[in-house]
Amino acid sequence: MTTTAPPAAPPGESPPSPPRTAWALLRNAWRGLTSMRTALVLLFLLAVAALPGALLPQRSLNQRLVAQYFTDHPTLAPLLDRLQFFDVFAAPWFAAVYLLLMVSLIGCLVPRTVEQVRGLRTPPVATPRNLARLPHAAAQTVDEPVAQVEARVRGTLRGWRVAWRDEPGPDGSTRVRTVSAERGQLREVGNLVFHLSLLGLLVAFAAGKIVGYEGQVIVLSGGGQFCNTGILGYDSFRAGLRVDGTDLQPFCVRVDDFTATYEHSGQPAGYTATVGYQTAADLAAGTDAWRSATVAVNHPLRTDGSRVYLLGHGYAPRFTVTYPDGQQRTGEVQWRPVDQTTLLSEGATKFARPGVTDEEQRRTSQLAVTGLLAPTSSGGQVVTSVFPALDDPEVAVDVLRGDLGLDDGRGQSIFTVDRSRLDTGELTRVARENMRPGDEITLDDGTRVRFDGVRDWVSLQVSHDPAQVWVLVSAVFVLVGLMLSLAVRRRRFWARLTPDAAGGTRVELGGLARTDRAGYGEEFDRLTAQVLDMQDSRDTEERR
Amino acid sequence: MNDVVLAIHSDRLFMAAVGVYVLAMVLHAAEYATLRAAHAPATEARPADTPVTVAAAAGPDERAARPGTPPGSDPDDSAVGRNLSDESAAGRETPQRTRADRFGGAAVNLVVLGALLQLGSIVCRGLATDRWPLGNMYEFTSAVCLAAVVTWLVVLRRLPALRAVALFVLLPVVVLLFLAGTVLYARAAPVVPALRSYWLVVHVTTITVSSGLLLVPGVASLLFLLRRSGRGGVLAERLPSAAALDRLAYRTTIVAFPLYTFGVIAGAIWAEAAWGRFWGWDPKETVAFVAWVVYAAYLHARATAGWRGGRAAWINVAGLAVVLFNLFFINMVVAGLHSYAGV
Repeated sequence: MTTTAPPAAPPGESPPSPPRTAWALLRNAWRGLTSMRTALVLLFLLAVAALPGALLPQRSLNQRLVAQYFTDHPTLAPLLDRLQFFDVFAAPWFAAVYLLLMVSLIGCLVPRTVEQVRGLRTPPVATPRNLARLPHAAAQTVDEPVAQVEARVRGTLRGWRVAWRDEPGPDGSTRVRTVSAERGQLREVGNLVFHLSLLGLLVAFAAGKIVGYEGQVIVLSGGGQFCNTGILGYDSFRAGLRVDGTDLQPFCVRVDDFTATYEHSGQPAGYTATVGYQTAADLAAGTDAWRSATVAVNHPLRTDGSRVYLLGHGYAPRFTVTYPDGQQRTGEVQWRPVDQTTLLSEGATKFARPGVTDEEQRRTSQLAVTGLLAPTSSGGQVVTSVFPALDDPEVAVDVLRGDLGLDDGRGQSIFTVDRSRLDTGELTRVARENMRPGDEITLDDGTRVRFDGVRDWVSLQVSHDPAQVWVLVSAVFVLVGLMLSLAVRRRRFWARLTPDAAGGTRVELGGLARTDRAGYGEEFDRLTAQVLDMQDSRDTEERR
Repeated sequence: MNDVVLAIHSDRLFMAAVGVYVLAMVLHAAEYATLRAAHAPATEARPADTPVTVAAAAGPDERAARPGTPPGSDPDDSAVGRNLSDESAAGRETPQRTRADRFGGAAVNLVVLGALLQLGSIVCRGLATDRWPLGNMYEFTSAVCLAAVVTWLVVLRRLPALRAVALFVLLPVVVLLFLAGTVLYARAAPVVPALRSYWLVVHVTTITVSSGLLLVPGVASLLFLLRRSGRGGVLAERLPSAAALDRLAYRTTIVAFPLYTFGVIAGAIWAEAAWGRFWGWDPKETVAFVAWVVYAAYLHARATAGWRGGRAAWINVAGLAVVLFNLFFINMVVAGLHSYAGV
């Protein structure tokens, strides 16, 4: 912030009295920044700046949609990209707006807090001379002496901040008692709590982004394990600014069982995974026992300051390849659902022939079993799925042989095979078959491929954000402060008690609501009735 | 009764409610047409109308208030440059019921009936599906409209003088209900596992009620702008005073805003349990944030000299626009985590 820099103008090389000019400039800039108008403009900018984040696809949420946008709008997209419209919430201009807003907020809050503290110490302001001109006013002469009325006023104003004062009377000799009372300081307190908690919330939010992380991993059900020991254990990982993956809490999770239930329509009704886990402390102590827990949608496992979520599930078919020389290899990798309602899945299970020493032969004798998996097959010639549960699984697979490109150093999808290799002849299709569990096909060279069965896999997410509890605490205070600042009314009440010649008292009352929520009228009437000790039925009903 | 029958009853009650609302609108329109132009400024002045110099005693809240304006009305009224006497005058019982009164009274009764029918429709939905009846856009929109209608009835009970506004509150309600019953309609069905949580009850209900509440101030601010601009002609001059409309907008907003804030916080708590993070700039979250900022700006504008009045009202209208945008556009056009709700 340039505005907060000290006014450091070297005295030698400056025109006459520049420090003063510079100081005035800075002071004005600061005042401008902390004014309500600026805050309003900044609030607007914040609202407008956030909008592209909702209207344009964001990289942080969905890379694929961003890529799609680039394809659809080839000229516009790069331009928007240079303005960082696809990473709005990480963009410097977005940060600039909210940082300015925070500075403006602090600049506004500090003096107001000081003022509030000071205001709590100073007594309520003196009673205005002419109470009849206030928005709420009443006057009456009663037969009681001043002292008695005063006692009643004190009783009425219990809970108010009051200041009693003496005034010289109209003739200069009689003593006139006045009281000024105020109530509703909680409004400003609430206001300050609201804004300070808002700052706290932003700080906690930012802290979470710095020290938190989030990783996703797919684990096979029925004993698959995963340990939070490093970034490499994850399929994808989003690290906070200060997270390098060396200092994760090393707990382990084992997925024992997964159950999905469905409506008759195929709509999912619930997902539950039974898991075992070992906390970092368990592992350090060397215990073998696994704690058991249930992870479900809306119900994560919370351990070691992290949360483990069940994000999704799918199927992993198991194939066993028996080579002509008798060696066996089993492949079981997750296939991905292509239709979320029937969980028809696609994938590719890849095999490298064991025991081949010749580099070239090893490279060209790879096998891939690729195709579709229907958890509940329609039973037709073309395999389709009619239900998402694993009732009657069937796969429709192509078996490809040749060079899958596993060794060329480039990353490749675990779900697909590069089909262009079929055209170049690097791969050949050696079988196309529909298979049910237990079915086996024999290839031309005597290799047998067996479809053993299907297992569930679950997609887990581990999230770590030690600051989120502080976000929640701040949010609660934000809400409390907000409600106080909107619901509490600041109001004032004055009374002047002048003794009259007959030994009675002339009572003058006045009231003023200091906030824009009306409704003081009724309360004022009630206070008036109490002070004047009216026996009038309507008024007594309103008394508490 | 089995679920199918209940679902059919729910749909019939919904249609009946819309019909009753439309009839109420017709009666309100008749009331409006027979209404004489708004009363000239009241003849009877309250003590408050005499200017008083208490500026010396003014604290920070009153800093912005211009000296010399009647402080008796609350500080914010001063910007409107009118006093509120005409509101209170209009609220007083007139000696004999005019034709407008008879139309209006009947219309209000119909609105109450419509609200009861709609409540019945929503309850039947819940019983038919055996879940909290806020699981898709149709149910959500219907509940938002019911919240708006109930808000309006509460306002009317407290400030009967504002009855002429009814037509303009019912108009968006009926339009939204029509959209709900046609474009957004979804048959009674269970919801996906992610929605099976008591946080659905907390989060969606508070968001629904606060959205419904916010509809009323949005309409009031719009009418305020129309009334103040003086360009509304015959239509505008029968409305309550600009100051009364402005106060209606403010008072409803300060009830709705904390509730909306709570709804967003509840959503964040649910998101933490369901999606693995409490805030992820999902499109719906982002626009909810934008709406929150806009309403915060409205409340600040009300406390800033030169902004209360027209500019504040524009901000309030913008707030409603963002809320409606979030309700419809974000769910129907932009893909996000919230878009599994039936559309």
